[in-house]
Amino acid sequence: MAQPLKILPPGGESDLSMSDADVVALESAIERIVELAHGFGLDFFEMRYEVCPADIIYTFGAYGMPNRFSHWSFGKSFHQMKTQYDYGMSKIYELVINSDPCYAFLLDSNSVLQNKLIAAHVLAHCDFFKNNYRFKTTNRQMVHSMAAFANRVIQYEHDLGRGKVEHFLDAVLAINEHVDPFHKVATYAGEGASPQAAAASSPYDDLWALDELGKPNHPGMVEERPQVKPQATRDILLFLQEHCPDLAEWQRDILSALRNEMLYFRPQMETKIMNEGWASTWHARIMRELDLTPDESFEFARMHAGVLAPSRYHLNPYHLGYHIFDDIEKRFGRAKIFEVREVETDVSFIRNYLTKELCEKLDLYLFAKDGDEYKISATGWEKVRDGIVQQISNGGYPYIYAEDYDYQRRGELYLRHSFEGVELDPVYLKKTLPHVYHIWQRPVNLETMEDGVRVLYTYTGEQIDRKML
Amino acid sequence: MSSRFSISREDWSLHRQGQMDQERHLEKVREAIKKNLADIISDESIITSDGQRQVKVPIRSMNEYRFRYNWDKQEHSGQGDGDSQEGQVIAKDGSAAKKGPGKGKGAGEDEGEDYYEAALSVDELGELLFEDLGLPHLDPKKQPDLTAKKYQWEDVRKTGLQSNIDKKRTIMEAMKRNLLAGKPTLDGFNRQDLRYKTWEEKFQPQTSAVVLAMMDTSGSMGDFEKYIARGFFFWMVRFLRTKYDNVIIHFLAHSTEAKEVTEEEFFTKGESGGTRCSSVYELALKMIGEKYPPDLYNLYPFHFSDGDNLSSDNQRASELVLKLLETCNLFGYGEIDSTGGSPAYYRSSTLMSLFKREIEHPRFMSATIKDKSEVYQALRTFFGPEQLPERGVS
Repeated sequence: MAQPLKILPPGGESDLSMSDADVVALESAIERIVELAHGFGLDFFEMRYEVCPADIIYTFGAYGMPNRFSHWSFGKSFHQMKTQYDYGMSKIYELVINSDPCYAFLLDSNSVLQNKLIAAHVLAHCDFFKNNYRFKTTNRQMVHSMAAFANRVIQYEHDLGRGKVEHFLDAVLAINEHVDPFHKVATYAGEGASPQAAAASSPYDDLWALDELGKPNHPGMVEERPQVKPQATRDILLFLQEHCPDLAEWQRDILSALRNEMLYFRPQMETKIMNEGWASTWHARIMRELDLTPDESFEFARMHAGVLAPSRYHLNPYHLGYHIFDDIEKRFGRAKIFEVREVETDVSFIRNYLTKELCEKLDLYLFAKDGDEYKISATGWEKVRDGIVQQISNGGYPYIYAEDYDYQRRGELYLRHSFEGVELDPVYLKKTLPHVYHIWQRPVNLETMEDGVRVLYTYTGEQIDRKML
Repeated sequence: MSSRFSISREDWSLHRQGQMDQERHLEKVREAIKKNLADIISDESIITSDGQRQVKVPIRSMNEYRFRYNWDKQEHSGQGDGDSQEGQVIAKDGSAAKKGPGKGKGAGEDEGEDYYEAALSVDELGELLFEDLGLPHLDPKKQPDLTAKKYQWEDVRKTGLQSNIDKKRTIMEAMKRNLLAGKPTLDGFNRQDLRYKTWEEKFQPQTSAVVLAMMDTSGSMGDFEKYIARGFFFWMVRFLRTKYDNVIIHFLAHSTEAKEVTEEEFFTKGESGGTRCSSVYELALKMIGEKYPPDLYNLYPFHFSDGDNLSSDNQRASELVLKLLETCNLFGYGEIDSTGGSPAYYRSSTLMSLFKREIEHPRFMSATIKDKSEVYQALRTFFGPEQLPERGVS
């Protein structure tokens, strides 16, 4: 997903869109902004700014990308976001795409000053996309891949009927987060682990072993067929592509394309705090270098404060990231923050740089439900730090591993939730299993922990069974 | 290092993807609502409303289900203004803290369930409900006595409102003009070519319907029974209003004697004592005779009761129902069975079994309601599509 800058609008918004003269004024301001950004050492792709109406910004915000495939769930979030905007509850000011050249969409109902701030903000996002190591392997032409896939979906819908394609998209989207961002590394190590591969001296040596398999007394011919378990993986989408028994070509394409889209979005999910903190740091510095009138300075200060406003009920990534970068620079100097933006992701950023002092200064805490109240459960800095890390690990989603494609030798799928202290939402679990079944077409199992006991949920195609293990 | 940038503004007016998928989403919402109409329409908040407000309908199937953590059993992080202490309460259940960051993280009542809530007006709900309902025994012979203003597109003029432009005729005019000038092509328009559609006021016969809502208000009719009757009448009146310009509704309450009451009394006041249904049928016949001649009005008497009637009155009651059937479009009888379907011997001598024995008439219809979701079924029994073919009979 692109990075939306979303804050509560300060009162007195005007509904007028930018005039052509405004666009010209903005253009010369951006020239200066780009110059300043270079001066600060930011390193970004060529920038393509597009001034566009709210409908378009909200469409891209809901879909995460321009020209992504069509699905009702995007329409649902588009509607929700747009309603909030129409009622003045919140507003997205911009969207920036991780691509080369880098596309940034500015809202035409922003004032010129607001769009100046945003132009600076997105430059820093682009610097982050270009330099952070997690983004090194992302496809910078993803806009085109997504548009091509969107066209294929239209074709599938045309050939097979919308209902059928939509149902399959529903199912894959339900488990879309479950990819392994480091999959490539994992399989290269994994392949070496199989016994045949270890003894092989040429790529075809494993064929000789097939002869051996037919002979009696070969270890592969014991009375009972050995339980061959594939290597467990948290890349459920890939596992399904490889092991799902009867996938049509179009279904395989959807699985593979949605997996690629998720792998593309993944680094953005893992660097939300850093990326927003970084962009906020630089928009503030660049804006301070511009010649602003007193009115503009006031408007800037108000907008900046709005973006960085903390919340009692969740972490504002802009605020947290901004202060951590600020603290790092104070302690280790300017060069260090450039290094940090290159080598860390949110988890390591919090682990390494959220200090006791910062935690207390920002008054961070953990809270949890206690009866019918929400109470602060921890304020100690190490607990808070570890709590935040737990919440953002794996993009905030539970770790689920695909372990077996032939469970109980009945072709059943076996998934296991790697329990790390927080239980799964049982209602959602029960409603998600049928989605997985729709792809797998055979019974689907999920092992998890509830109240300290291992529990197995099974969806048979007709009902959900739950049993203790 | 690149310092190139460009800024542009394009015409996005044809980019409609968000709106199109939103439309698909709404379509799915409507499908989901239709599947659950039986539960939705008998919801208390709707029936006791004045019909003006928006209702929120929870729709489970529109959630985007995925494997996620149990919100209520997870620790979340937040930020105070300087002196937050462990144990401090920051929110009560049902308040802001439930709405976590991002979408779909809010915890609901049961096991962290949350719903997608569709907001729609009572009218929109009615539209879905009435989609395939119709009026059985619709009588076309009613005399055009009352009239109402209607607007009809009738005329074409050279001036008018821009939105009412008649494209086809305008093109024809342009072609004619060009042809007269010796150019048999369509080559631009000028002012004289423009043609506009205009409307005319028409006076049309107005159709009226009279609903006689009759209810047993004797001691045996409890809150549940009244609630069901109220739910039924609420939707029936709205339904009739979609078919008739004018719907008049009279509330007739009875125990051993019948009288006309206000709507509020009808649904709130209870009386004690026995039940004589014939009293209310007599009153209905009297009102029809005095005020609503059947050749001018479509008459819909509906009677709701719990089925208890003085057995000495039974014969007279069924005779009067037959008499009502001679003049009315439909006689509906609803029996509310709050015993939850108890064995038949408890309910062997109800009005329902009497009517079923004694009355065989195409315009007599009956329904038994045991549960509030069966109000929907009752509406379909009286006005459902399976009744419509009978239209030809009357």
